[in-house]
Amino acid sequence: MNFSSGEELLAKAQELKHIYNVVMKYESHKSNKNEEDILDKLKLSWHIMQEAIQQGLDKETKGKGHMIGGEALKMKERYTHNNTICGNTMAKAISYGLSTMEVNACMGRIVACPTAGSSGVLPGILLMLKEEYEIPDEKIIKGLLTASGIGIIIGKNASLSGAEGGCQAEVGSASAMAAAAVVEIMGGTPAMALSASAIALQNLMGLICDPVAGLVEVPCQKRNAIGIANGLIASEMALAGIESVIPFDEVVHAMKEVSKLMPSMLRETAQGGIATTPTAKKFEKEIFSQR
Amino acid sequence: MEEYSIFDMIGPIMVGPSSSHTAGAAKIAYIGYKILGEEVMEVTFTLHGSFASTYKGHGTDKALVGGIMGLLPDDENLKHAFDLAKEKNIVIGFKEGDLGNVHPNTVRIDLTGVTNKKINIIGSSIGAGKIKIINIGNIDIDFTGDYTTLITHHIDQPGIIAKITTILANSNINIAFMKVYRPSKGEMAVMLLETDENIPHSVIEEINKIEKMNSVQLIEKITG
Repeated sequence: MNFSSGEELLAKAQELKHIYNVVMKYESHKSNKNEEDILDKLKLSWHIMQEAIQQGLDKETKGKGHMIGGEALKMKERYTHNNTICGNTMAKAISYGLSTMEVNACMGRIVACPTAGSSGVLPGILLMLKEEYEIPDEKIIKGLLTASGIGIIIGKNASLSGAEGGCQAEVGSASAMAAAAVVEIMGGTPAMALSASAIALQNLMGLICDPVAGLVEVPCQKRNAIGIANGLIASEMALAGIESVIPFDEVVHAMKEVSKLMPSMLRETAQGGIATTPTAKKFEKEIFSQR
Repeated sequence: MEEYSIFDMIGPIMVGPSSSHTAGAAKIAYIGYKILGEEVMEVTFTLHGSFASTYKGHGTDKALVGGIMGLLPDDENLKHAFDLAKEKNIVIGFKEGDLGNVHPNTVRIDLTGVTNKKINIIGSSIGAGKIKIINIGNIDIDFTGDYTTLITHHIDQPGIIAKITTILANSNINIAFMKVYRPSKGEMAVMLLETDENIPHSVIEEINKIEKMNSVQLIEKITG
């Protein structure tokens, strides 16, 4: 069971009902492992994802550059008092994403999904779903499989690395992966899931990677928040039956082309974008003079 | 086209902050440590491209130093790699350099072991924690560490490869990928075998006994 494009994944998912069934068969064949072992490993990842979120919510976690820390707690303050504009579900998911990124910034243990720089998106959305919609862990794990299927196609046909494709390749991919997971968890069809991914990826196309002082803190942490919002918006639209006009595979191809056009200054080198603003330069100087 | 596992998407489980600059870097250095096959006494890292411009911020330096001491990407001790290296009296050098037309996240590692054994490798961190080793001992090669990998250095002459593969076949070990490289005919050749099964130590010993075999290294599949 192999797939290299959205079209192939969809054709196989129509046979096996869900994307996660196809992805499970793919992995089982590829790794020579039985489904039980794969599920166990996914459960461990899901456990570490939740542990990381909790770590950042328990206390203020300052990043290495001291540019971020405590944002997750500030968001928590808002939703615990029902004082939100976007609603509690969105605020909660955002706080979880911020939290993971705080833990990541201080060399804490996280699960890259697909990368560490975008590791807040998928866990943030999934833990919110688990809590707000009482989704059992088994179903969340299926969401992880669905998300992986989308990530594999993007990796094969475009890129998941900020150094190669900018932030669209990291937070953009994470957002597309999460969007598909939400759709399948909430009962949408495989076609809807692919539409959600296509929409999510289009919405973040061209997003550059411009880390201040080269650290995975600013703007990465807040870009994870937009990845969460974007993923939820895309899945909401897809679940409503709104389709992506441009098919998923064509969006992935376009993203690869955009990567090629993106100068290296905007691909994780900290030589462009907000990384070269006066304030960013000031932080960079302060951080590296301390070493 | 890359061969991805779902655990490249949901994973690796790793210490932050960057899958390419922290986890990938640790993995490359770990493979260097395994190829050297002994504790490191001295190391020089030559950083290229994005690795050179942003390595301090991502803890790439700590990850690389941790890797050459055998720490894996999910080891929370990576944070303290410099202190650990100091305890072991490892001499560490970092420099920036142009390694040519390679991936932006590429590093060359020159290692000297405690018995004065020297090796150098070049590896690229290609995103999402995945890596490629592209050169060992100035010979261009290509492997990922996603499989159990056997690396042999042997004299390029007829029959040696057959002996190696026979030993593997007798132990029921399936070869997934196999590549042979040599600078020129009759010299020291490098062979890479990526296998589906783990290779037990006894099999390595047997291969090591083959005549004209210079060295055999096993790099177990790195999971995470």
